[in-house]
Amino acid sequence: MSQVIRSPKMYDVCVIGSGAGGGTAAKILTEGGLSVVLLEAGPPVFPEKDFKMLMWPYELPHRGAGVGGHAEENFSEFLAPNGAWNIEGEPYTSAPGSNFQWFRSRIVGGRTNHWGRIALRFAPIDFKSATRDGLGDDWPITYDDLSPYYDKVESYIGVFGTHENVSSAPDGMFLPPPKPRCTDLIVKKACDKIGVICIPSRLAILTKSVNGRLPCHYCGQCGRGCVTASNFSSSQVMIPPAMKTGKLTMITGAMAREVILGKDGKAEGVSYIDKATRTEKRVNARAVVLAASACESARLLLNSKSPQFSNGLANSSGAVGRYLTDSVGSDGWGIIPQLEKMPPHNHDGVGGMHMYIPWWKFDRKNDFPRGYHIEFGGGRDMPGIGEFNYLLHEEEGYGVGVKKRARQTYGTGIGMAGRGEMIPNPDTYCEIDPNVVDKWGIPVLRFHFKWSEYEIRQAKDMQETFRAIIEAAGGEYKTKTPISGDRPFGIAEGGKIIHEVGTARMGADPKSSVLNGFCQAHDVKNVFIMDGAPLVTNPDKNPTLTIMALAWRASEYLLDEAKKGNL
Amino acid sequence: MTENSVTRRDILRTLAVGAVSGSVLQVIPAKAAEYAHQVVHTEKAASAAGKYALKYFSPHQYEMLLTLCETIIPKDEKSGGAVEAGAPEFIDLLTSENEEYQLALGGGLQWLDSFCSDRCANAFLDCTAEQRKEVLDLIAFRKNAKQDSSLSQGVAFFAFLRRFTCDGFYTSKIGIEDLQYIGNTALREFPGCPPLPES
Repeated sequence: MSQVIRSPKMYDVCVIGSGAGGGTAAKILTEGGLSVVLLEAGPPVFPEKDFKMLMWPYELPHRGAGVGGHAEENFSEFLAPNGAWNIEGEPYTSAPGSNFQWFRSRIVGGRTNHWGRIALRFAPIDFKSATRDGLGDDWPITYDDLSPYYDKVESYIGVFGTHENVSSAPDGMFLPPPKPRCTDLIVKKACDKIGVICIPSRLAILTKSVNGRLPCHYCGQCGRGCVTASNFSSSQVMIPPAMKTGKLTMITGAMAREVILGKDGKAEGVSYIDKATRTEKRVNARAVVLAASACESARLLLNSKSPQFSNGLANSSGAVGRYLTDSVGSDGWGIIPQLEKMPPHNHDGVGGMHMYIPWWKFDRKNDFPRGYHIEFGGGRDMPGIGEFNYLLHEEEGYGVGVKKRARQTYGTGIGMAGRGEMIPNPDTYCEIDPNVVDKWGIPVLRFHFKWSEYEIRQAKDMQETFRAIIEAAGGEYKTKTPISGDRPFGIAEGGKIIHEVGTARMGADPKSSVLNGFCQAHDVKNVFIMDGAPLVTNPDKNPTLTIMALAWRASEYLLDEAKKGNL
Repeated sequence: MTENSVTRRDILRTLAVGAVSGSVLQVIPAKAAEYAHQVVHTEKAASAAGKYALKYFSPHQYEMLLTLCETIIPKDEKSGGAVEAGAPEFIDLLTSENEEYQLALGGGLQWLDSFCSDRCANAFLDCTAEQRKEVLDLIAFRKNAKQDSSLSQGVAFFAFLRRFTCDGFYTSKIGIEDLQYIGNTALREFPGCPPLPES
C-alpha cells in the first residue's frame, strides 16, 4: 500500500462524475456550504477552443468526416467532445447472444456537452405505471414529490416550450418557443389530418437571457457545444457556479475504482487511478455521490467489495446492475415534394427540433404497453457528409445530372425518430466480467441485453406512424425495415439511444431496490447515486431532466441530513 | 494578429464571465458569436500551409482521381466542379488514414487500368474520350453488373468513389453555395418559415 497517495484532507462530499447529475450535485452541495471534491475521469473542456460553433465543413481538413472517415461512428467530427461507444483501452463485453453498445463520456460536463437538449418531464402516470398495467414496479416517489424540482431545474437551466395540457407530457416553467420551421408546419398539418398531437418541443436552449447567459443566436448547432452557453451543459452552467463558491475541488483525469467502506459501515472515501501518472490515489469524504452514469456507477458499486458487501457495495438486494433499460428507438424518413418549391431561406433555428410529437395514444388500448414520442427534423440544414447517399443509390450515373438532382432533392427530406419505453426484463442487466480488466486495471462490465415483444411491437407501431405522417404530408416514405432478424422494424441495438438507466434503482423495499426515494443507499446511508441509475422506469421521455431533478432533490436532502449530523 | 488575439481573449472572457456570474453583457449575442467565429476563421486561414501535398495516391493514381472526380461532378453553368471544390484532396487525406478506403480506391483504380487495358489496350488515362465514356457508362450502373458479373468490382468501386466525391463537393464552399444553403450565422431572431407554397 506504500504507493497509494492519500490526501490528508477530509472533504464533506466526494462526487464522482461531472455530467447532468454530478454537476447538479456539485452546485447544490457547494452552494449549501459543503466542501466537495469532484472526480472526473476525463479532461477539462474549453468551449472557445473545443467547440466548433459556426464553422463550415471546409474549415476542417476532414470536412466533418473525421480522421479516416471514422467520426460518423460517433455522430460527427463537428460535435462537442462527447465520448464514444468504444474507448481505447476501456472495453466492456457482451454476453453471448447479446449486443449492447455502451456510450461513455470522459470529459467535464460528460454527455451534456453534446446532448440533444430535449428536456421532458416524466408524467404522473410514469411513477405509477405498474399499478396501471402490472409490469415492472412503481416508484417510491410521486410526480408531486418531484414536480417542485422540475420547476427549479427548468427555471435555472432554461427550457423553452408551451403549455399544452397533454397528460403524457406535463407542462413546465417554459421560455417562449422559437418559431416553427417549414418542416414543422408540414408535419403539424399532416398530424392534424390524422389525429396525432404535435406541439412545440421542450429543449434546454435559451430563447431569452437567463442568469446572464446569452440567448440563442439560432445557428442550429447545439450539438457542437455553444461558446455563449446559450444551451444547457453541466460544464458551462452547473460547474461554474459551484467553482465560484470556492468550495469545489475538481480533479480531472481521475478514474474512480472503488468506494472505500470504513469500519463503521459507512463510506469513507474513494480510490481512483490518476490517469496522468497511472498511480492509485485516494480522497476522503463524509459522504459519496456516484454520478458516473448509470452503468459506470453500477460498475463502481460492484467493484467495491468488502466483507460486509461481498457482492458489491450497497448491494444486499442484488439489484445493482439489474433492471437495465435503454429507450426503444426506431428511425425513418421520407421525401416531401412540397419542399422542392421552397425558396432558399435560413432554416437553422435552434440546435434541435422546434416541434415534436408527444405520446398521443394514451387514451386507447394498444398492442404494447406504455408509449413513445416522435422527434423529427430535416429540411434545408447545413449540407454535410453523406448528404446525398440516398440519392446516389437511387439515381446512379455521373455528370451534370447528379448536380441537378442534388439541387432538386436538397432540403426535401424529413426524418423521424421514435423514442419509447422499454419494460425492464430479467434477461437485461450488467455484471462484472470475471476475466477482463481495462487498462487502468479495473474489472469491466459484461452486458446482457434483450428486447421483448413489447418493444418490438412498439417499433412496428413507430414505423407505421412515420409512414402515415409522411404520406399525410403528401410525401413518400423511404425507410424499409425487416420484420425479423437482429433489428425487427428498425429497432436500435440496446445502448444506441444512450438512455441507459435503472441499474441501481430506488424503491420502497430494500430487498428489491438499492436506493430510497432520496437516491440514498438503503445499506450505506452516506452513499448516494445521482445519475440515471436510480430510475425505476424509463418512460418515453429523455431522462436528463429527471436525472437533474432527482439530483437536485437528493442534494437538498443530503444537505439537510448533513446539517442534522446524520451522515 | 496581435490586436485580434487580444480582442478575442477579451470577448471570450466576457462570454465566460457572462455565463458564470450572471453579469449583464452589453454585447448582443449575434455579434459576440459572429465575432468569435471570425477570429477563429482568420487564424485558421493564416495557418493553412500553402498547397496540398499528396498523402496516399501516387501521381499517376491521383491524375486518374482528378479525372474521375471531375467527371462525376463537372463544372456547369451554376458552379465549379469537384476538382475546384477540393474533393480529390479530401479523398486523398481520408484514404491515407483508412485501410478500407485504400483497398477500395487504390485497388479500384488499378482495376480500372487493367479493365481498360483488356478492353482498349490502353491505361484509363491513355484511352480516348469516347473509350473512357464507354467504360464509365458500364461501371456507373448496378444493372450492368447484373448482366455481366465481371463488372461488379468496377461498379462497387465507382459507387464508392461517387459517394466520396459528392461528400467532398457538397462540404466545400462551392458545393454548399450550389445548394443555396443559407445559414451558419448568428441571428438575433429566428425568422421562421417563409410562406409555404401550395402542395
